[in-house]
Amino acid sequence: MTVTITTAGEPAAGGADGTYDVTVVGAGVVGTAIARELAGYRLRTALVDASDDIGSGTSKANTAILHTGFDAVPDSLEARLVREGHHRLTAYAARTGIPVERVGALLVAWDADQLALLPRLLAKAGRNGYHAARIIGADELEKREPHLGPGALGALEVPDESIICPWTTPLAFATQAVRAGVHLHLNCRVLDVADEPGVHALTTSRGMLRTRYLVNAAGLYADEIDRLLGHEVFTVTPRRGQLIVFDKLARELVGHILLPVPTAAGKGVLVAPTVFGNVLLGPTSEELDDRTATGSTADGLHLLRERGRRILPALIDEEVTAVYAGLRAATGQEDYRIQEYPTQRYVAVGGIRSTGLTASMAIAAHVTGLLARTGLELGAPRRLPPVTVPNLGEAFPRPYRRADLIAKDPAYGTLVCHCEHVTLGEIRDALSSTVPPRSLDGLRRRTRAHGGRCQGFYCGAAVRALFEEAQE
Amino acid sequence: MTRIERTVDVLIVGAGPAGLAAGAELAAAGAGRIEILEREQEPGGIPRHCHHSGFGGRFTRGGMDGPAYARRSAAAAVRAGAGLRTGVTVTGWAGPRTVETTGPGGLERITAGAVVLATGARERPRSARLVPGSRPPGVHTTGELQQAVHLYGQRIGTRAVVIGDEPVAHAAVDTLRAAGVHVVAVVTDRPAAPLRVRQRLPLLTGATVTGLTGRTRLSGVSLRHDDGRTTTLRCDTVVFTGDFVPDHELARRGGITLDPGTRGPAYDAAYRTSRPGVFAVGNLLHAVERAGVAADEGRAVAVSVLHRLSGTDEPFGGGRPLVVDAPLRWVAPNLTGPGGARPLGDRFVLRTARRLSRPLLVVSQDGRELHRQRLLLPAVPGRPFHLAAGWLDRVDPHGSPVRITAL
Ligand SMILES: Cc1cc2nc3c(=O)[nH]c(=O)nc-3n(C[C@H](O)[C@H](O)[C@H](O)COP(=O)(O)OP(=O)(O)OC[C@H]3O[C@@H](n4cnc5c(N)ncnc54)[C@H](O)[C@@H]3O)c2cc1C
Ligand SMILES: Cc1cc2nc3c(=O)[nH]c(=O)nc-3n(C[C@H](O)[C@H](O)[C@H](O)COP(=O)(O)OP(=O)(O)OC[C@H]3O[C@@H](n4cnc5c(N)ncnc54)[C@H](O)[C@@H]3O)c2cc1C
Repeated sequence: MTVTITTAGEPAAGGADGTYDVTVVGAGVVGTAIARELAGYRLRTALVDASDDIGSGTSKANTAILHTGFDAVPDSLEARLVREGHHRLTAYAARTGIPVERVGALLVAWDADQLALLPRLLAKAGRNGYHAARIIGADELEKREPHLGPGALGALEVPDESIICPWTTPLAFATQAVRAGVHLHLNCRVLDVADEPGVHALTTSRGMLRTRYLVNAAGLYADEIDRLLGHEVFTVTPRRGQLIVFDKLARELVGHILLPVPTAAGKGVLVAPTVFGNVLLGPTSEELDDRTATGSTADGLHLLRERGRRILPALIDEEVTAVYAGLRAATGQEDYRIQEYPTQRYVAVGGIRSTGLTASMAIAAHVTGLLARTGLELGAPRRLPPVTVPNLGEAFPRPYRRADLIAKDPAYGTLVCHCEHVTLGEIRDALSSTVPPRSLDGLRRRTRAHGGRCQGFYCGAAVRALFEEAQE
Repeated sequence: MTRIERTVDVLIVGAGPAGLAAGAELAAAGAGRIEILEREQEPGGIPRHCHHSGFGGRFTRGGMDGPAYARRSAAAAVRAGAGLRTGVTVTGWAGPRTVETTGPGGLERITAGAVVLATGARERPRSARLVPGSRPPGVHTTGELQQAVHLYGQRIGTRAVVIGDEPVAHAAVDTLRAAGVHVVAVVTDRPAAPLRVRQRLPLLTGATVTGLTGRTRLSGVSLRHDDGRTTTLRCDTVVFTGDFVPDHELARRGGITLDPGTRGPAYDAAYRTSRPGVFAVGNLLHAVERAGVAADEGRAVAVSVLHRLSGTDEPFGGGRPLVVDAPLRWVAPNLTGPGGARPLGDRFVLRTARRLSRPLLVVSQDGRELHRQRLLLPAVPGRPFHLAAGWLDRVDPHGSPVRITAL
């Protein structure tokens, strides 16, 4: 199958009549997962995104936890899709090389009130179909997490909560979809949707695109697309989460995902390892009205450091590698807003707030089912071409540690980014991959180059030179 | 995973001024097989991309630009007989004096009679300084800027703000100007220095960076002045300078004790670290000194390494830690010993967090005063000042840590 990725010109190239069977708006982790699922059928599918890369919205800036769904609202759609998504993505990651580490979570009780809540949380986990959780006492907690701050009274242990690579997950989905024939149109913002007989005519920033079926996975802008189709069901209120990434040298301070006992205000600030070998502190939870406000603030960082000092005092003395913020697409309802409209041949996938990475594959299967109910003829399923993503996980052999790879190609023994041990071979591979990066940031998400503790002091110019060379 | 196993007499990690000088000295002294490993493709360390004069040893101060100095240092090491391998990174430890490496030739495990760490230092980037705001392109450190301009000829931007007022900030200004970038301001949170010789710099004192703005490209740097006023400087480039931190990853991964002040390995006058047979020199110990100082340390460590190789070194651990009281930030070396050994140039290096006009430095142990010394010049942040080491023989080897206070 030929690979079609376009970044300029008319986006329509959907077969003889120029009409796609299905178009997915939004190439975040949810949209790419849906496109990948649809690629499993003989359909002409388009995936369009306003930005110049896949996964560059909310999907690039989360806490990267593969949730079990133990604490979801029981019987909600989210609870079901998170649980199912956890299983699907775990298996998919094993097939494609997306790094996942089953480190487990500890929901730490810091006072008597919180301790008293643990049995209720355990029971809730049971109602969510999760039965491996258990309550542990202060002694065992201290043994498990010796660097924890003073005063922890006990914890709920959730052994299957895992950490995952947030960047190679949508990359794997998009790569597989595109290799299976899905057209990916970037820099392609959907501006308007008009109703023609049997067809949606999308006005995009690059011209017209026609499609029989439409999936709206536009994340923070899903309500706007929804309105273009005449619906006034929900409004996205961005809920910002700021995070601090600590140096890899802090990794040994923490073994599990350390969660606070949830309050009415949300899930609260956690400390978690990352698959890249760092430690994450965050996120904050701030209701905003600006959907582009992905900056950090002095107050936010101050609050995080205060919380972090309590949870893991030694962490605060470690060097900070990065600070970032993501926006959750909250809609004022504690559940996803996934809705099919048969007469419109349209499915809205809104309100995928804080669990979308985990649930992505289950959402994709669910949405595909809804499309079929809406009248789309899926036909017989077909096998997708296998994909393998580059391993960015510190717990798995990275190229710089692989004698076999280096023997075949010395470029895998040539380090360019020293903090993250990224080799020339990996950078070249990323630059010539199926879905290549279109910015230094995109390259960083595919390789980690330039993303380490020195933030480019050593490698910045060299990485930019390699990137620019590839653009010529 | 197959690794080639090798042994050498002395392994030096890092081919900057410190590592190269150590290699040259040890090879000239006939210390056996000396190998210097450098992860960059070219040897020389930071001076490789410092295209300004101001480099040279004690006798040629001011003479050379960085690249010439780097070339000369590397050539001297090779001429003396040291093995120099570039493009080879030490990635970790496999034993007390055994390291693991990655290079285009494959993976190795190298065991040495003595290891000298000379891994240098880097500037803290914007993130580590917790400067809030958006994350647009256009944000650099001096190291990145110099490489971009001098090694790669890359385009930088049009209007730049430089954060910091140490010598390195001035190097950044020169580099920006050489690249045709207009320098809007050099910003420092320090108060205006009295009697300061004015340079050709648009210097803004008493101002703290409160945030960066811009989406696809940096558009401004927001500041808060000491009097409470706030402003935003319009620019497309910002360079965070100074604020150095030792590149201590390897030292830490090897379980080597760090000094809480310098954040480099704790070390004594013989450059010994807490791990027997592992020495440390250069900016790894005290970020940041001039290249000549780093090279002097490289030469000086050779004596200690030779003692180690011939089994005539004194056991580690006899020394007392040196501690400083605020506003002093650190002292280097930060351990006494071995025996009555004196540090390089018979003096200790100190840093302060805040400007002190002609401070009185008092050295004491267990309440007993060992030494007092009035400085003739003010001590300012970001620049070294010195304390004579003549009091070392009065230190009680069984007493508490030695305390240094500025009055
Ligand atoms: C701080 C934080 C922490 C989180 N932690 C976790 C976690 O630990 N585990 C977990 O599972 N989930 C987590 N999440 C949630 C997860 O990140 C999101 O649910 C998920 O990324 C949503 O993906 P998406 O594809 O719906 O949205 P996005 O990634 O935002 O993708 C939407 C895409 O639509 C495009 N788009 C928008 N409008 C248009 C238009 N008009 N035309 C064309 N394209 C358009 C955008 O460019 C964007 O690329 C977290 C989220 C945040 C903010
Ligand atoms: C912008 C700037 C301007 C300066 N201007 C002057 C000046 O005008 N005059 C002056 O005298 N001094 C100047 N200096 C200071 C001078 O450059 C330093 O003092 C000197 O480079 C320190 O030498 P070093 O050997 O300790 O470290 P470095 O020069 O930093 O060398 C360390 C080397 O170790 C290598 N390394 C690190 N880790 C590993 C590893 N794991 N494996 C293999 N190799 C590794 C690094 O790649 C590097 O090459 C300046 C510094 C800067 C940053």
